[in-house]
Amino acid sequence: MSRMMLRKMLKNQSGTITAVKVAGELGRRIREMGLVPGTKVTIQGRAPLYDPVALRVMGGTLTLRNNEADLIEVEVEESSE
Amino acid sequence: MIDVIKLALAGNPNAGKTTLFNSLTGSRQHVGNYPGVTVEKKEGFYRVSPDQQVRVVDLPGTYSLTAYSVEEVVARDFLIHEQPEVVINITDAANLERHLYLTCQFLELGVPVVIALNMIDVARDRGISIDVEKLSRLLDVPVVPISARSGEGVEALMQEAMTVASAGREWQEIRLSYGDDLDSALLEMTNLISANSFLTDIYPARWLALKYLESDSQIVEKGREFAELSGLRSVGEQLEKMVAVVSNHLQVTLETVPEALIADHRYGYIKSIIRQGVVSRSHDEERIYASDRIDRVVTNRVMGPLIMLAVLLGLYQFTFTYSALPVAWLEIGFGWLTRVIEHSLPPGHLRSLLTSGIIGGVGGVLGFVPLIMFMFFGIAILEDSGYLARVAFMMDRIFRIFGLHGSSVMPFILSGGIAGGCAVPGVMATRTLRSPKERMATLLTAPFMNCGAKLPVLALLIGTFFAGNQAGMMFMLTMLSWVVALLVAKLLRVTVLRGEPTPFVMELPTYRLPTFKGLAIHTWEKTWQYVRKAGTVILGVSILLWATMTFPGLSTEEEYLFDQQRQQMQAEYGGVVGSVALQEKLARLDGARAEQALQHSVAGRLGRLLEGITWMAGFDWRTNIALVGGVAAKEIVISTLGTAYSLGAVGQEADDSLSKTLAMAPNWNRVKALSLILFIMFYSPCFVTVVCIVRETGSWKWGAFSIVFNTTFAFLLATVIYQVSLALGLAG
Repeated sequence: MSRMMLRKMLKNQSGTITAVKVAGELGRRIREMGLVPGTKVTIQGRAPLYDPVALRVMGGTLTLRNNEADLIEVEVEESSE
Repeated sequence: MIDVIKLALAGNPNAGKTTLFNSLTGSRQHVGNYPGVTVEKKEGFYRVSPDQQVRVVDLPGTYSLTAYSVEEVVARDFLIHEQPEVVINITDAANLERHLYLTCQFLELGVPVVIALNMIDVARDRGISIDVEKLSRLLDVPVVPISARSGEGVEALMQEAMTVASAGREWQEIRLSYGDDLDSALLEMTNLISANSFLTDIYPARWLALKYLESDSQIVEKGREFAELSGLRSVGEQLEKMVAVVSNHLQVTLETVPEALIADHRYGYIKSIIRQGVVSRSHDEERIYASDRIDRVVTNRVMGPLIMLAVLLGLYQFTFTYSALPVAWLEIGFGWLTRVIEHSLPPGHLRSLLTSGIIGGVGGVLGFVPLIMFMFFGIAILEDSGYLARVAFMMDRIFRIFGLHGSSVMPFILSGGIAGGCAVPGVMATRTLRSPKERMATLLTAPFMNCGAKLPVLALLIGTFFAGNQAGMMFMLTMLSWVVALLVAKLLRVTVLRGEPTPFVMELPTYRLPTFKGLAIHTWEKTWQYVRKAGTVILGVSILLWATMTFPGLSTEEEYLFDQQRQQMQAEYGGVVGSVALQEKLARLDGARAEQALQHSVAGRLGRLLEGITWMAGFDWRTNIALVGGVAAKEIVISTLGTAYSLGAVGQEADDSLSKTLAMAPNWNRVKALSLILFIMFYSPCFVTVVCIVRETGSWKWGAFSIVFNTTFAFLLATVIYQVSLALGLAG
């Protein structure tokens, strides 16, 4: 188990959100889409230019820009390639 | 007496709200705007029994009820001010956890809710089963599983909704716990609000306190206004202070803010419900569904962009190729009508008004209808299937550099990003952008693209002055339009449209096959909106433009002179009407007369007046008149140049000879042509586009902005190019 920012996660890697480090509009938007501590996420893939990133969250797919993914801290299971 | 019940449909985007709305109301729907904003308001009627009607209002799709976006404010204001008897909250059964977040907020507001578990069939196929009864019991709200697409369960849903509506119970809010710190602050604030009746006529007290804690900008603003007006300023200040105190405390102890804690607790509440065995899965949650498999190819690093290019090209082809036939029919129809009028009315202002002003104007409006229909049909397919979100996902990285959004790509392409589009559907297509500033920047720069109406003008000038490398020149101009559009977008985003990029946090909805009914309703609705709203304004404007190019006409003496010359010519040929030579001479005379009349008109005077400035870019007064006329529609530039250069024939057949005339004209050369090309590409959008910009932005201010800004920009560019080229001696 180790903590890292969501941006650093690899494709197909899973983890559980531990903190969302942003307030204001962006924070609100991230949280209302279900990205709150305790939620499990899996990296589904990245856009052709490596940004934004697509996540699998609660049975749906969300997309985030990398600089937004920088605000989300995740506890990852040991690298599952 | 017919009993009308008010029912609101609410839910997340992609929950299937529109599908349910269409299946409930069918074609009996009305689309308008919420007052003061450009958010669409859809209403329709559903008949329960002969003496009971339900007014169904489709609220904009939102993820939350904060004041984050206009849609959310609109949805929330509707619930609070219009107090619908019942709200149907549509949720996606396969994504229940996330969709219950909005549900949670309805319950906290206290509105009478019925939950529709939509796409229950999809969930079933995925091996997800939901204990409806348990969910209903835990939330204390009726829950009905439905499939809006097949109609399964819809009747039961409406029955349930009618039961709730007729029960007419008081609003009853649920109270979630947000942890000790917030709970005690909330209690204190709620008491203060109730004791002073602070805005309680409008909002429930606890809900208001909660919004204060969430630092909801709209509510805080309203609170200040109310405090000022009702002399309760100390209460307002006290509320804000209480929020500050608890925020401070949370920051110190937990390093968080109240709104974050509130969201966490809401999800905590939802998770606690889901985990009580409400949702059970027979497959592994990580199972790869068909939709993900499609995405592996469609958003693949190599295949993705190629497929996207093919799809966008396809949409472009579909819109502009297949609409060509109906557009041609319309043109033939209007041409026929023009001839009928010309044959039945004597020459004069009335005939000219009818043919040039009204038929020209209405024709201008209706000529776009097939284009708009095809475009909206194509976009509806891309949007309803879920592909459009993937385009935004793939293109975002590039467009973000210029302060735009991944979804900006489509409006640009439709406007002429592939030369030959049209800015009218392009501007209207910006509706698919949900971020307001990016949307504004897109719709203000989309008209820079080379639309189909600019093409013949550009082709004429290129053909005359840059013969030999026409294709290469056209390609360069297309590239230039992209560069200019993107750079100007960037300029706007750091000046008048300054602001943080809108968060991209977005859903990639599951791929779905669009239903024909949905596509048809969608297309019809948008097209009709265009005809009704843009049509009236455009008719008025084209009459106005006609007037500026007609009045004041020739003086009586001048008229007399022309008539005399005409009679002389006819006399010379001894009344042989069929003579070709005579016809030619007469046509030449008519041309000269038209030229003189144009010179006399308001537009002509304006052209002369403008020459005082436009010489810097190399434009003479004749060009100016053509450019002024081009604001009505870019095609007019050619025909007006034709008239102004006094060619007997006016219109298409003049193109050839116009090209020759320009090539021979002593004051025309490559440099002047280039300057004119650049100006035509970037100056004021045509009036139909301006009207669309006004419609889409909801304000004449932006319409005026695009006229003034684009013209100034184009003029500066043309002037610089002209003067520099002259200085370099390239004119020869």
